[in-house]
Amino acid sequence: MSGKKMHVEAHRDDEGAKLGMWLFIFTELLLFGGLFLVYSVFRAKYPTNFHEGSLELSVTIGAINTVALLFSSMTIAMALSAIQKNNPKLSMLLIAVTLLMACVFLFNKYIEWGVKFEHGLYPGSGLMSRLDHGDLLFFSLYFFMTGLHALHIIVGIVLLAICFFKIKNGSLHSQKYVHLENGALYWHLVDLIWIFLFPLLYLIA
Amino acid sequence: MSNDKEKTEYVSYLEHQGKYKGIFSWIFTMDHKRIGLLYLYAIVALFFVGAIMGLLMRIELIAPGETIMKPQTYNGIFTVHGIIMIFMVVIPGLSVVFGNFFLPILIGAKDVAFPKLNRFSWWIYIAGCILAVASQFMKDGPPDTGWSFYAPYSTSTGTNVIMATFAAFVLGFSSILTGLNFIVTIHQLRAPGMKFFNMPLFSWAIYATAWTQLLATPIVGITLLMLIAERLFGIGFFNPDLGGDPVLFEHLFWIYSHPAVYIMILPALGIITEIIPTFCQKKIYGYKAIALSSLAIAGVGFLVWGHHMFTSGMSNQARWFFSLLTFLVAVPSAIKVFNWLATMYKGSIDMKPPFLYALAFIFLFTIGGTTGLLLGSIATNVQVHDTSFVVAHFHYIIFGGMGFAFFGAIHYWLPKMYGRMYNMRIATIAWGIIFVGFNLLYFPQFIIGMQGMPRRYFDYLPQFQTGQVISTIGGFILIIGTVIMVYNLIKGARSGEPAPANPWHGSTLEWQIPSPPSLENFDEALAIKSNPYDYE
Repeated sequence: MSGKKMHVEAHRDDEGAKLGMWLFIFTELLLFGGLFLVYSVFRAKYPTNFHEGSLELSVTIGAINTVALLFSSMTIAMALSAIQKNNPKLSMLLIAVTLLMACVFLFNKYIEWGVKFEHGLYPGSGLMSRLDHGDLLFFSLYFFMTGLHALHIIVGIVLLAICFFKIKNGSLHSQKYVHLENGALYWHLVDLIWIFLFPLLYLIA
Repeated sequence: MSNDKEKTEYVSYLEHQGKYKGIFSWIFTMDHKRIGLLYLYAIVALFFVGAIMGLLMRIELIAPGETIMKPQTYNGIFTVHGIIMIFMVVIPGLSVVFGNFFLPILIGAKDVAFPKLNRFSWWIYIAGCILAVASQFMKDGPPDTGWSFYAPYSTSTGTNVIMATFAAFVLGFSSILTGLNFIVTIHQLRAPGMKFFNMPLFSWAIYATAWTQLLATPIVGITLLMLIAERLFGIGFFNPDLGGDPVLFEHLFWIYSHPAVYIMILPALGIITEIIPTFCQKKIYGYKAIALSSLAIAGVGFLVWGHHMFTSGMSNQARWFFSLLTFLVAVPSAIKVFNWLATMYKGSIDMKPPFLYALAFIFLFTIGGTTGLLLGSIATNVQVHDTSFVVAHFHYIIFGGMGFAFFGAIHYWLPKMYGRMYNMRIATIAWGIIFVGFNLLYFPQFIIGMQGMPRRYFDYLPQFQTGQVISTIGGFILIIGTVIMVYNLIKGARSGEPAPANPWHGSTLEWQIPSPPSLENFDEALAIKSNPYDYE
């Protein structure tokens, strides 16, 4: 074993890591793709209930959240450029702004869900079970889709927070930034899914 | 780092001592070869659990009426048999055991692209297995929905469906990560000089499989999550009483679960493609056709799921379209069979156990495949839908195909994996017993199925008893053969004769390195041939 390297630590392949992330993003898109399929089936079956249901949602909050996420996608892309240009301070600031926007999004979501919960409108509630079939399916899909998306936001926050601390302790720098690149890719995915969810649930009426 | 020119010292991967000692050097290993062996042990153990359940069902069916168990127990047993065999044995099976162990070696790499992710996939695989097995023993009783979890029954039965579906979800996640790992490995880590069309054909099969795993599994993932949400919150996506649509569940389920059949069978086809040229000492016939037919099977395989649902309520247009596509998928499968036969032509054939398994595979796969065409045509499908004809068909494909390929692969590669050889004569005898037992077990089910014996039934009319009895006898013969085979392999792996580096005179890369392989597979760079099956 003399002079033998540990084979795992010696391995570094940024291209491979990025390819892996893109493949993972495919699977995430297909995961939500299944939900979009279910949405379109039931939308075709209950068009009027879906119309009335979407009028119940607050377009204002949805729009604020859309802007917040789009803005955060921009800042995370800038954070990546900053680290590539060897400016860790700026990069950390931009990641912090991204995380702030993510929290704004989650806070709005909390307000939005909170109001519905107050009215007794949540999965498994007594009110839900008395609704029309179409309304029940619309709100079930609403909670399921936005809930799963919010879960992805939380995962994204964790990933980006890890990148933040990696920059801070110097293990992520201008020569080695694939973690941040992948984190940013994931964040764009989360953003992209919201870009579909927002019109499908809030706008198309 | 396949381009590392530095030479390293030979250390068998079985004896290497890393950071962790003893059992932890296995649990925390990131070596693709050790992970492959860990999967092997888990899968063999689970296979026997599933097989014993199958045998219990066979004993129950030896006579009409109640023989050894109550109807509800029978429902639990066929469900659990299905869940264990499908989600834990045959779907991961070949790709996690032999894909992990041999894919990097075959393409001249030192490991998979993401060794840590590989270890993580193994851990969540085990977590999924524990969840699934635990769901059988919790207080609500084992799930009784069949492995397909059809709604709306699965949303209303009182048994442990949530835990079993969550287990399937976790196992699916493991499958996705393995597929992702293999795709990146093939793209990034091929040895210098090895282009896609210089790869051995097993790697092509794994490549096609990995894409299917990656693209199909998320759909079943979200479907199972919806099912869980439906049970927890009374949502009603799939329950007609609440406005949902049970046929939608079937669609979503089979959008994954039909491609899953190709996740099972594609690596099997790849293994047979490795075994045949080695034991014919002849260049494979139609390399490109075989490589591309793997991709074609994977591609068309995504579009045929509707043939599971001909009687579930679909428009006629949808039915004939799915039927047509089902027939189309037989074409690339047949291309492979013809190429294997053409490879054997004028080869110097050596009837060793791996080759015998390959021959049995071709025989059984052809029966399974052609009965699949009967099921794919709408009129006969309506006649034999949900009869034991279907059971016989998919056991011929899954067990006769994937299972025999697994047995063939372990006989082919065991000397490389352990550096020891098993007893050739016992292996041949076990092969004979297994082959006879298998056909006795499943062939009668074609006949009684055609006559109207329904699947998943606890009881039956007296007229089916002859077939059922033959089938049960076959089941016992099969399990005896399997036990002899496994005993012989274990004995060989532990205390057999030391195996040479290349016992079969194979030409692919794994045979150019010592048995068992060194920790980093390749201690010095090897020359890459333009055709991996180049026999002088």
